[in-house]
Amino acid sequence: MNAGARAEGGARSFIVRVLRQDRPGSEAYWESHSVVHEPDMNVISVLQRIAEQARTVEGKRVAPVVWECNCLEEVCGACTMIINGRVRQACTALVDRLLEERPGAIELRPMTKFPVLRDLLVDRTRIFAALHKVKAWVPVDSYHHMGPGPRRSQDEQQMAYHYSKCMSCGCCLEACPQFLKIELTRGRDESAEAFRARCFAAYDRSFMGAHAIAQVELFNQNPIGKMSARERLDALTSEGGIQNCGNAQNCVKVCPKDIPLTRAIALAGRHATLHALRNWFDR
Amino acid sequence: MAKKRVLVVGGGLAGLAASMKLAELDADVSLMSLTRVKRSHSACAQGGINSCNDLTRQLGDSEWRHLDDTLYGGDFLQHQPPVKELVYWAPQIIDLMDRLGVTFNRTPEGFRDQRRFGGTLFKRTAFAGATTGQQLLYALDEQVRRWQASGHVTKYESWDFLGLVQDSSGRCRGCVAQDLVTMEIRAIPADAVIIASGGCGGIFGRSTNSVACTGSAVSRVFQAGARYANAEFVQVHPTAIPGADKLRLISESARGEGGRVWVPREPQDARPPGAIPEKERLYFLEERYPKYGNLVPRDIATREIFNVCVKEGLSVDRGRMCVYLDVSHLPREMLDAKLAGILEIYEKFQGVDPRAAAMRIFPAVHYSMGGLWCDYERIAEGGLNLCSPRTQQTNLPGLFAIGECDYQYHGANRLGANSLVACIFSGLSVAGGVISYVNSLPNGLAAEQSAALFAAERRRHEARYREILARADSGPNPYRVQAELGELMTRVATVVRHNGELEQAYGRVRELEEEARRCAPSDRGEWANQNVVFVRALQDMFPLARTILKGALARDECRGAHYKPEFEPLGVDAADPAERRRQAEEWCDQFEQNNARWLKTTVASLDRDGEPQLAYEEVDTSLIPPRPRLYGVAGGDLIEQAFAERQARRAAGRKP
Repeated sequence: MNAGARAEGGARSFIVRVLRQDRPGSEAYWESHSVVHEPDMNVISVLQRIAEQARTVEGKRVAPVVWECNCLEEVCGACTMIINGRVRQACTALVDRLLEERPGAIELRPMTKFPVLRDLLVDRTRIFAALHKVKAWVPVDSYHHMGPGPRRSQDEQQMAYHYSKCMSCGCCLEACPQFLKIELTRGRDESAEAFRARCFAAYDRSFMGAHAIAQVELFNQNPIGKMSARERLDALTSEGGIQNCGNAQNCVKVCPKDIPLTRAIALAGRHATLHALRNWFDR
Repeated sequence: MAKKRVLVVGGGLAGLAASMKLAELDADVSLMSLTRVKRSHSACAQGGINSCNDLTRQLGDSEWRHLDDTLYGGDFLQHQPPVKELVYWAPQIIDLMDRLGVTFNRTPEGFRDQRRFGGTLFKRTAFAGATTGQQLLYALDEQVRRWQASGHVTKYESWDFLGLVQDSSGRCRGCVAQDLVTMEIRAIPADAVIIASGGCGGIFGRSTNSVACTGSAVSRVFQAGARYANAEFVQVHPTAIPGADKLRLISESARGEGGRVWVPREPQDARPPGAIPEKERLYFLEERYPKYGNLVPRDIATREIFNVCVKEGLSVDRGRMCVYLDVSHLPREMLDAKLAGILEIYEKFQGVDPRAAAMRIFPAVHYSMGGLWCDYERIAEGGLNLCSPRTQQTNLPGLFAIGECDYQYHGANRLGANSLVACIFSGLSVAGGVISYVNSLPNGLAAEQSAALFAAERRRHEARYREILARADSGPNPYRVQAELGELMTRVATVVRHNGELEQAYGRVRELEEEARRCAPSDRGEWANQNVVFVRALQDMFPLARTILKGALARDECRGAHYKPEFEPLGVDAADPAERRRQAEEWCDQFEQNNARWLKTTVASLDRDGEPQLAYEEVDTSLIPPRPRLYGVAGGDLIEQAFAERQARRAAGRKP
C-alpha cells in the first residue's frame, strides 16, 4: 500500500510560486518554494510538501500555505484554485503535465472572484447563497414512506445526472465576465449573523452564475420539482438572474464535470421568456 | 417551553439524514462540519446502495436473505436486531432517496436499474452512474438547505468539534468548537449530541478516505468516556489506485459490471496487458472462488491480491505491488453509461484509458467497521423499537453515534454498497430516539443550564489551543510524525497481522504519541491556522491507533477483515473419504470452540492513564445461527455438510 512512497536522493526539484495573502483585505505577495519531484505528484502533494517544509526557496521560515481540500479525487470541489493561469482543482492537476506546459515552475493563485480568507482559501458562500435563491431542492411533503419516486426515462436520467454532478466548485463563476467579485467587510459592532445577512442580501442582487441556472433546469425538469417551477423561474428572472448572462460561453469550457452549462442557459432562457409572457397574460 | 436543540457533528449522509429528519420533527438543529457539508467524504462512495427490490424478490430474494448475506459477510459479529431493522428499512430508504431526486440509473422501461455487488448472488444495488454517494449526499444536502432556509437548521461549516460539555451527572449538554477561519472558540449548548463524523483513515496515512477523516471528533468523545467497539476491524478495499497523496478507490462496481482481476502467469511479463493472450493470464479470483468469482467479499479479495503479489511474486510491476483490474473487454457504451465516473478517475490520475487497457490496482485502507459503541432496544420479533432513546445512544447519556463512526451494522467485514444504506438508516432512525430522550430530560434543557458550565469547558479548550500555539520551535515536524504513524499502522494492522509485530508497533506508537505532544506548529498566527488544527487532530489519532492495535493483538483468531495466519484453521485436504470426513468434523469442532471464545464484541474504554482497556460483550445471534464462512475454503462443501448435519441433530435433540 505504500507503492507511491517518496523518492529519495538524486531527484530533481522544481519551483512553486504561490500568491499569498495573510488576511482579508491585506496585501497579497508572491513567495517561492522548492519541491523535490516525486512520481505521480499532483498539486495537493506539492502543497503537502510545502506545509511539511515550511521554508521558502531562500530558506526563510514561513507558515504553511493555507488551502482547502477534502476528497482528493475531484468529486468534492473544495480544492479549486488558479494553477498556471487556469482555474481548476488542485487534486487533478498533475505535476508532470504542468511542468510540460510550463517547464521549471508551477504558479498557484487563489480564485479572483471570491474574497480571499487566507492564501489560497477563499470564501465561496455566494455559491451556496445562489442555491438558496433558486430553491435548488425537491419539495417533498414529508420523509414518510410514500412509495417510490416517479418513473423516468433513461434520457431524462442521463440529463439530470449531468446537471446533478455540479460540485459547487466555482470554476464557471471564475471564468464568467459577468460574475464580479463582491467583498464586504464586517463592521466593528456588527454581529456575525448581521454580517452574514448583509452578505446574503448583496449576493442576492448580483449575478447568480451558470451553476445556479443549471440547477433551475435540474429541478424544473424533476417530476416533483416541476410542480414548483414558477418559484424557481421567478428567482431566475429576478435581479441577478439569467438576464445578466452575456453569453460569453466561458463557463462550459472550464467546468471540470463537463456539465452542459450553455445548453442549460439556453433552455432556461426559453423557459424564462415563456414564464414572463405567462405572467404578463395572467396580470 | 424552549425548542429542543440537537447538535449533529458531521454532515455526510448520516449527519444530513439525521438533520433533515430532526428538523421535520421540529427540533432546532445545529449541524457542524470541518468542511462544507456538500464536500463531505460520502461524495466519494461510488458503487451503489443495497436493498432487496421488486426484481430480486421474484428471483427468490427477500429482506431476510439480505440480512443473511450481511451477517455471513460480516462473519456474524454484528448484533442481529439492528441489522434486521436496517435491511427491512432498506427498500423504503431507496424509495425515499428516489423521491428526493437522486438520479438513479434507469432501465429502458423507466424503473431503477440494479447491479450486483460483492458477497451476494442477487442484483440488489441501485446506483447513480459511478458517483452514487455524491448523488445521495447532494439530495440530502438539498433537503437540509431547505430546512436551513426555513430556520430549522443552523450550519457551523468549517468548525472543529473540540469536545463535549457534560453536566455534573455526565449528561451531554452541548459542545465546544472552533471556527477554522476566525479561530474563535465557542461553547454551543445542545440537549443531545450526535456524532456522525465518519471514519478514521487518517490514522493509516494514505487511504481511500478524505482529508477530513482523521477520527478526531470520535477520539475526543472516546477520551471523554465513550466506549469504542471492534476497533480492530478495518476494511482494506481490494482495488485502489496508488497515489502520492491518496489511494483512490476503484469501485467494486467495476467488477460488478464484469471487470476481471488477473496477473500474467509469467512473473512481471513486460508485454502490455492487451498483448498477453488469455491462456497466459491467471484469473486468480475466478479460479479459486468459482461461485462468487471476482465478487468475493472484500476481505477475501484483498488477501488474495496481497498474497498473489507478496507470497507468489506475481505482481504486475517489479518495483511496486499491483495487479490488473480489467474492463477493457466490456462494451464501451455500457462502460460510459454505468462506470464513467470511476474510469475518469483512473484516466485523470494515471493518464491511461481503462476502456483500452487494464488498470493497475492494489488494496488500500477503506472503512472502519468498528466505531463508537451504541445501544438499541430489541422487540420480540427481533427488530428494534426505534422510538426508544436507547437507539444509537452511546454509554454517555445524551451522546449518540451514527454512520461510519458507529459500530453496529457491518460486523467483521462490510459488504459493498451496505455502507450508504446503513448511514442513511442510522441517520433517519436516530431522530425518534433523540426526541424521546430530550423529552424525558431531567433538570431542564441545555439552554437552562448554568453559564459557568459552558464557560469552564470553553476555557479548557482555549488553554489547549494556546498550549499548542506556544510550543518550543525545536519540536518534531507533525507531518512527518503522521507519515510514520500511517506507514506503521498500514504495515502491521491491515491485511495480515502478527502478534509480534503488533506488540512492537504498540511501543513505537507510544513513542510517536510523545513526539506528537511536542510537535511545534510552523504557523503561530491566529487566523485560519490549519497547522495548529492539524497538530491537535494528530495528537487525537493516537488513542484510536492504540485501541486498534490492542484489539488486534488480543483477538487470537481469524474473523472477517481481521486475519492472523497463526490462527487460521486448516482446510480439508486428505484424499481418503473417511479421513476427509474426520477433518471436516474437526474443523467444525474448532469453529465452535473459537466462536465460544471470540464471537464477541470488543468494547474498549480509556482508563485514567489513557490506556485502552478491553472488555468483551456477547453478540445477539438469536435470529440466524452463526455458521462457518466458507468462501473458497478447501473442502468447504464437506464442512458445510458436516455443520448442517450437526445443527439438524441438535434441532432434533431439542424437539424430540
